[in-house]
Amino acid sequence: MIETVVIPLLKIAVLLNAILVSVTFMTLLERKVIAWAQSRLGPMRVGPYGVLQAIADPIKLILKEDITPARCDRMMFTLAPILSLVPALVVFSVVPFGGDALFYITDINVGLLFVISVTSIGVYGIILAGWASNSKYPLLAGLRASAQLISYEIAVTMTLVSVILTAGTLSMVGIVESQQEAGLWYGFVQPVAFVLVLIGGLAETNRAPFDMPEAEQELTGGFHTEYSGMRFALFFLAEYANMIVISAVVTVLFWGGWLRPFPSVDALVFLDFIPGWTWFFAKMFVFLYLFIWIRATLPRYRYDQLMRIGWKVLIPIAIVNIVVTGIVKVVL
Amino acid sequence: MASEAAPIFDTDELVLNMGPQHPSTHGVLRVVLRLDGERVVDADVVIGYIHRGIEKLSENRDWTQIILLTDRMDYVAAATNNLGYCETVEKLMEVEVPRRARYLRTILAELQRIASHCLWLGTHAMDIGAMTVFLYAFRERELILDLFEDYCGARLTYNSMRIGGLPLDIPAGWDTKARAFCDVMEVKISEYEELLTNNRIWLQRTREIGVISAADAIGLGLCGPPLRGSGVFRDVRKDEPYAAYDEFEFDVPLGTKGDTYDRYLIRLEEFRQSIRIIRQALDGLPEGPIMGKVPRLIKPKAGETYHAIESPKGELGYFIVSDGRSTNPYRFRVRPPSFCNLQGLRPLVIGHLVADVVALIGTIDVVIGEVDR
Repeated sequence: MIETVVIPLLKIAVLLNAILVSVTFMTLLERKVIAWAQSRLGPMRVGPYGVLQAIADPIKLILKEDITPARCDRMMFTLAPILSLVPALVVFSVVPFGGDALFYITDINVGLLFVISVTSIGVYGIILAGWASNSKYPLLAGLRASAQLISYEIAVTMTLVSVILTAGTLSMVGIVESQQEAGLWYGFVQPVAFVLVLIGGLAETNRAPFDMPEAEQELTGGFHTEYSGMRFALFFLAEYANMIVISAVVTVLFWGGWLRPFPSVDALVFLDFIPGWTWFFAKMFVFLYLFIWIRATLPRYRYDQLMRIGWKVLIPIAIVNIVVTGIVKVVL
Repeated sequence: MASEAAPIFDTDELVLNMGPQHPSTHGVLRVVLRLDGERVVDADVVIGYIHRGIEKLSENRDWTQIILLTDRMDYVAAATNNLGYCETVEKLMEVEVPRRARYLRTILAELQRIASHCLWLGTHAMDIGAMTVFLYAFRERELILDLFEDYCGARLTYNSMRIGGLPLDIPAGWDTKARAFCDVMEVKISEYEELLTNNRIWLQRTREIGVISAADAIGLGLCGPPLRGSGVFRDVRKDEPYAAYDEFEFDVPLGTKGDTYDRYLIRLEEFRQSIRIIRQALDGLPEGPIMGKVPRLIKPKAGETYHAIESPKGELGYFIVSDGRSTNPYRFRVRPPSFCNLQGLRPLVIGHLVADVVALIGTIDVVIGEVDR
């Protein structure tokens, strides 16, 4: 009873809280980092250096009036933000933050497949939001989101096949362990796959330069134009939770999860005093920072250009990568 | 096939109302788009949301009061508006403007050009999604506003010129500050260029977008950077020099393809040329009075005149009729560059995607205050 119900539930409660709190602070991090990139200070008023801004923002959103536009599809309108947040949170159930069973909720043998399937549900939230709002800008955003989904999901999934080939397992824990056996992070074995997944991850999370579904300057906020209050906040949470998911997945697949740098070099064994989850979070933070950095730097692609990249560049490279990986695997 | 099958899906065109409240229509421009998917089939540009009747109002104000009305037309380039109006009245009255005043007017106008282009660059880049450039460009614009504040106390609507010269001489040390600004600006331009000029996404978003041929550009009556972007040499500063432009050396950049990228490059080059002009003007700034011989009561003799200057947006012209009896113009008409360039929006956007529409509104650089007046 305790083993099967209480401990997992406790782990879930802790993890959910941790994620949601870190998401609110992600918004602060984003505002701060972008402000520094733009020679500004960012939020400075709430608390020292604005650190309490992350708490003030959710309070404001909760207290705001939640407007439902007239003649929208009420059920779908409410369902959409939930549908985009829940999958992002569910994915964390298979993310191993450390090697010990304490640090992951479960380790299923189709972990990676689970991640791929659940994250692709998230986009339904955006499409539904666009449809249910009964408004033209969100509708266009919904169309863009579906076009985007088709263009990048195939490429990312195919790329992950080459990682699966290398690791010989679909389990998230297993993939990290096989990196330990190989003594090498897969980022060095599969650099092409890493870049593809990173680009696909940017598109998956609707982050710049692929933030077409919410392109503020074109679609006045895109799919969440008609949303306000807490339902808008859910979309916001979903976006940041997705960023954390992608960073976590990239960390697990390519940068050795909880492993220390150069796991095969014995000279660095003294680094083992640092717990594994610290490495994990440090690596994840690098990618989160990278996402924000990219947003501050790059202009936005047009959605036909994204589709062109997806179909004409990413997918062919992904296929070639699978073939090369297969050949190398057989020959060696 | 003998008969066409009934379409399974609804294939109606989508009518999308962009503006007047839209983050990228730069004020209150309204564009009604007819879309096929995201492709623009037709566009209808609706203006008039901030029409304040400045032209008619001017016919009931005395000649000096009109200067501050001109501030409110192109409110991001108030000094060039002042300059155009004052020179027109001076032409009508045949007033000689002292050389020092003409030099200072040139400096102010070129500073204003940089400020206006900063605003254009920032918003244009922001429309395409590069938001950092926006804040960088506004950072430098702030320095220019500081210079104007030192000069005349105001930061946006300057009312900085008078018929016959200038109301004030520059304060002590102002020329050193202006020179320091030129040095700063020169470095910052390359900062903008680093972020955009060779950026793949920027190139893909601006090259071959909104191409307009030289013949079409002339036919539409475009002026300023959109006209020069198509390779047509027309710059009032060179063709019909005013203020002190005939005494300075500067180049007029021309485009070749007439696309959004060319217009971007031209405006960036205009930054550099403006700095060049300001430096020359500061070096050769003559001593002397700043106000010409103007009667206390301004009352031009009966007649009419048209005078144009090169505002940051293009050719800004004033047509003024005086009846010689009253202390206000009989007829006052402005040829606003933004209004004329806005003519080009419809042919530019047709066939492009919604995402390009905002880029194209940005590339023609309109200020709605000037379009509507």
